[in-house]
Amino acid sequence: MKDEPNPFDDIPGTTLFDAQRSRQGYHLNMFCMSLMKAENRAAFKADEAAYLQKFLMTPEQRDAVLKREWNRLIALGGNIYFLAKLFSTDGKSFQQVAAIMTGSTQEAYAQMMLNGGRSPEGNRSKKDWENRG
Amino acid sequence: MAKLVAGVATSHVPAIGAAIDLGKTEEPYWKPLFKGYEPAKKWIAEQKPDVIILVYNDHASAFSLEIIPTFALGCAAEFPPADEGWGPRKVPVVKGHPELAWHIAQSVILDEFDLTIVNNMAVDHGLTVPLSLMFGQPQEWPCQVIPLAVNVVQYPPPTGNRCYNLGKAIRRAVDSFDPDLKVMIFGTGGMSHQLQGPRAGLINRAFDTAFLDNLSADPRQLSRIPHIDYVREAGSEGIELVMWLIMRGALDEKVREVYRFYHVPASNTAVGHIILENEA
Repeated sequence: MKDEPNPFDDIPGTTLFDAQRSRQGYHLNMFCMSLMKAENRAAFKADEAAYLQKFLMTPEQRDAVLKREWNRLIALGGNIYFLAKLFSTDGKSFQQVAAIMTGSTQEAYAQMMLNGGRSPEGNRSKKDWENRG
Repeated sequence: MAKLVAGVATSHVPAIGAAIDLGKTEEPYWKPLFKGYEPAKKWIAEQKPDVIILVYNDHASAFSLEIIPTFALGCAAEFPPADEGWGPRKVPVVKGHPELAWHIAQSVILDEFDLTIVNNMAVDHGLTVPLSLMFGQPQEWPCQVIPLAVNVVQYPPPTGNRCYNLGKAIRRAVDSFDPDLKVMIFGTGGMSHQLQGPRAGLINRAFDTAFLDNLSADPRQLSRIPHIDYVREAGSEGIELVMWLIMRGALDEKVREVYRFYHVPASNTAVGHIILENEA
């Protein structure tokens, strides 16, 4: 069972929020959830590192939060809808953070969306991404 | 007797709610989108439903990782708009229909769909944006709303087939409710979009078009789409489309498509909208 390849792992640039990631990211995501309250947002902004100590996160997760490394946060078990509480606290939109995660500029990403978005052609399998070099 | 007359599907992008709330609907970026909903607003103003069963997903607002119900039915008398991190949307409190909601809960549970009963729940943009798109900015929502929250955040969400069959069970429940009520069901979320990772921004117009076509032509085929196909073809968040199948399952076998609208982009998302009426 354990060694069977997961077909979702073949989808490039995509992380499924599955059981393993949910367990890994529980405290990271619950930290994000705490930012739903205005008083918690204020406390976090006042001293981010101190605020993070209240949650049973790993040092790596805390570091990724402080540096706002979004793809790394996803890899460490963060879920995009929970991370949204963090980037909303920063005053950032979904589109701004999506652009950062794709390694694009805001302008280029917004223009790609206006042009109809990222095509599924060449983006279905990790092989597609390897082939494009 | 209660009568289920029509189904509506629509995306529920948060930026659409923000555009409405901040008075940006006439801006060039947003104008074509809101123009596309004008015929739908006219249609629903004429139809005047008494109750809408609104299928949506909560985005880490009412439900965190502490409790993750696959299907949660709102049975309360009212549901406040949620604070999603920037203060609650300034939209009316959503009035429920506890009598019908409890009837549905009892009926579908005995029909072997063991959903969760919720008496205290804030509702986020997943529920309020579709209401804004269909009704604009009234002082009070013009009908009662029964929220049905579906987990599509934690993998795995329910299968398309399970959603389709739950829709059928909801229909049996509505059909067995005595009071005369005009009922509609909304399926929300989608269409193709991906919000996370280096593949963010994925849009698949061909997939979306086929999905819209098959809502009337071949819904059973849609109910068999596996999760991997949604994620690969329609993006990691495109899997929200399983919620449309609850709406479709609740309608007659044969439906009349009365309106369709498709628009790219709203922020990161392909916006899809369709109205299906029962023929009877």
